Amino acid sequence: MNFDFSEEQKLLKKTVQDFLTEQAPLAVNRAVLESDAVYDEGLWKSAAEMGWLGAAIPEEYGGAGFGYLELVLIAEEVGRALVPIPFGTSVGLATEAILAAGKPEQKEKYLTGLAAGDRIGTLAIAEGPGPVKLEDVTTTFENGALNGTKIAVPDGGAADTAVVLANTGGATSLVIVDLGADGVTRTVQRSIDPTRTVATLEFKGAAGELLGGQGEGAALTQRVLDRAAILTAWEQLGGAQRAFDITQEFTTGRYAFGRPISSFQAIRHRLADQYVDLELARSNCYYGAWALETNADELPIAACNARISATHIGELTSVEMVQMHGGVGYTWEYDCHMFYRRAKHLGLVLGSADEWRERLIQHLIAKQAA
Amino acid sequence: MDFKDTPAEAEFRAKARAFLDEHAERLAPGESAAGFMERDDPDLIKKSQAWQALKKDNGWACLTWPKEYGGQGLSSLESVVWNQEEGKYRTPPNVFSIGLGMMGPTIMAHGTDEQKERFLARMARGDDIWCQLFSEPAAGSDLAGLRTSAVRDGDDWVINGQKIWTTGATYCKWGMVITRSDPNAAKHDGLTYLIVDMESPGIEIRPIKQINGASGFNEVFFSDVRTPDSLRVGAVGDGWRGATTTLMNERASIGGGGGGLRAEDLLGLAKKVGRLDDSSVRQRIADFYVRASGLKYTGYRTQTAISRGSIPGPEASIGKLVGAPMMQELASFGIDLQGSAGVLIDRDFGCQDSYLGSPGMRIAGGTDEIMRDIIARRVLRLPTEPRVDKGVPFNQIPSGPPTP
Ligand SMILES: Cc1cc2nc3c(=O)[nH]c(=O)nc-3n(C[C@H](O)[C@H](O)[C@H](O)COP(=O)(O)OP(=O)(O)OC[C@H]3O[C@@H](n4cnc5c(N)ncnc54)[C@H](O)[C@@H]3O)c2cc1C
Repeated sequence: MNFDFSEEQKLLKKTVQDFLTEQAPLAVNRAVLESDAVYDEGLWKSAAEMGWLGAAIPEEYGGAGFGYLELVLIAEEVGRALVPIPFGTSVGLATEAILAAGKPEQKEKYLTGLAAGDRIGTLAIAEGPGPVKLEDVTTTFENGALNGTKIAVPDGGAADTAVVLANTGGATSLVIVDLGADGVTRTVQRSIDPTRTVATLEFKGAAGELLGGQGEGAALTQRVLDRAAILTAWEQLGGAQRAFDITQEFTTGRYAFGRPISSFQAIRHRLADQYVDLELARSNCYYGAWALETNADELPIAACNARISATHIGELTSVEMVQMHGGVGYTWEYDCHMFYRRAKHLGLVLGSADEWRERLIQHLIAKQAA
Repeated sequence: MDFKDTPAEAEFRAKARAFLDEHAERLAPGESAAGFMERDDPDLIKKSQAWQALKKDNGWACLTWPKEYGGQGLSSLESVVWNQEEGKYRTPPNVFSIGLGMMGPTIMAHGTDEQKERFLARMARGDDIWCQLFSEPAAGSDLAGLRTSAVRDGDDWVINGQKIWTTGATYCKWGMVITRSDPNAAKHDGLTYLIVDMESPGIEIRPIKQINGASGFNEVFFSDVRTPDSLRVGAVGDGWRGATTTLMNERASIGGGGGGLRAEDLLGLAKKVGRLDDSSVRQRIADFYVRASGLKYTGYRTQTAISRGSIPGPEASIGKLVGAPMMQELASFGIDLQGSAGVLIDRDFGCQDSYLGSPGMRIAGGTDEIMRDIIARRVLRLPTEPRVDKGVPFNQIPSGPPTP
């Protein structure tokens, strides 16, 4: 039994952490929040140069030749620093889709750009409010032309390439579209966390190319979502840990009734509960990381575990962060709201925890039947 | 990162399995060990002792204890592997956990050579069963508030007072009792830790009936009970140090509980009662499953840390703090699933038994609230609440009226 990361992997994590501590203080996230910028271009470039974007991409396509155990640790640090870059989306969704289904020439064409950060990818699925039914999309792809509207496209303001789930003659397929092409209209939507933009994409006869087989769209999308859920869970975990650390420090420095507020049991015990749930979430994330790295049969269940517990801990720590800061916690000036926003955002981009719970039960029932 | 045994672990596991296959029956898949604690069996203690002796005589008992004290001198890792394997077999309930998990380590840390010589090997073999005489009517979470007195008389100590919640007192040969030897000293200073023969004159044991009808624990009354000074563990007035050792070992040994109703079992139950399509039911079961998985993989992380030589610290409180309340919630939910028929004791899923038994888990060995305090203080290093009982002579500390 070796349920831990190697020394080299931990060293990599430390390097990433040190870099972000220096280069990505929370003021960087705030700057994007308070401006019209959709992401921090300088940090995106750095992420590419340091090999974070291509961590799981084979070297022949410009990847860094790391693996998923390295990638999840990078995601954790990106999450911890609330780095305003489309990391999870481009790496976890678009790159994974192309890795899973791309023909060699597609890999050559897209992965090199994705690894170098010249291309920013996303995955467009949802078409309206409510849980997405993958088999049931109205956007069509016929004779090389894409028509329809996708909403809440993650990092839709930053992306230049989208993998789109479309209906192709009664079945679903994935389609790659260049968002600069004719017939594509992009509208950035107002959202909870403007440092990770979401957009509406309107396609009117836009040119696209099939990714993977005709009719494989829903299955491929699910596979990609499962893998992205694990990566995102690590990002959520990093943010949750940071929120918790800041709250712990604040409550020990803040005095009321003549003593630190963290000496009151109503605070201490809630911090203890958060610590416990953080550890449980971390352990589920470890299992997810192992499943990603080994491409285990258990991956879909591991993804549900990681996704559900990371979403829970992200929300818990950020809600408690605001509450335990008191009045200043509710101000724009303090950083609490950036965690509050990001946690909710990440908890929804791949579908809500409710949907993942339902999926988990389906997997468990299938497993018991087998 | 991988789940495979190292070659050394695999070899040890295979040896453990070979022994277990020869001497015990393997559980069917999905069958949980909790199912056959045949508590009403009058020979339970004897069967339990026979199993322990068999393990000891074949080198499978007290794996981490030094050889000179009847152990095998192995690491915690081997002990984890052994526990995993033993848990897959039908074996008698373990009545030695207090002795082997807490009393033995305390004697090893603070006892005299003579005490080690006299007690440890017999304890390891299950020849003698031990109990922990800590809690009192007015001292549970606040253990140092205990009042049972010990007064020196020649070579003996004379003990008077009352202990309560003493698990196994009726069948134990030896007990370890914390006493107050100096009521004028500050609360934590005037305590002395003694070993006492449970068959001594002046000891009266009265079983207490629990919520679930069983009587695992007892009241123990001491009237002029004598025990020789040679059975003192640690210095006079330094009993708190030994007590702390005991409690640390207790928390490490209680862990997640294991056994009993599992989240997946609820799927079968939901199906049986026609509620498997109900999304509110599915959502709850999923949450239980995710939490239980988190606990399981936390165990893997701990196991990995142990294999690298680290000693489980206060983080070990997580297992009990998550596992015990979850057992109660699972049981409650499982009962509710059955509608009004849920009031009937159903042995298929055991929800009702678990509902009646699980509250004790949240109290024994430190309540949920005390566990949270331990995490807050020892893991997170948060400041503690101001206290009114520090540095004050014990007999001047305020106390409430006695509980009826
Ligand atoms: C099944 C079982 C077996 C046991 N076996 C043994 C045994 O073998 N030997 C032995 O010595 N003891 C044993 N105990 C006793 C057990 O250790 C105590 O019951 C436990 O420590 C709680 O003490 P108490 O019962 O006095 O409750 P109290 O300490 O009075 O607690 C009452 C309530 O107050 C809360 N509380 C107390 N202090 C605080 C605080 N500082 N902050 C917040 N809340 C607080 C508690 O959490 C609890 O909810 C056993 C108990 C059970 C249930």
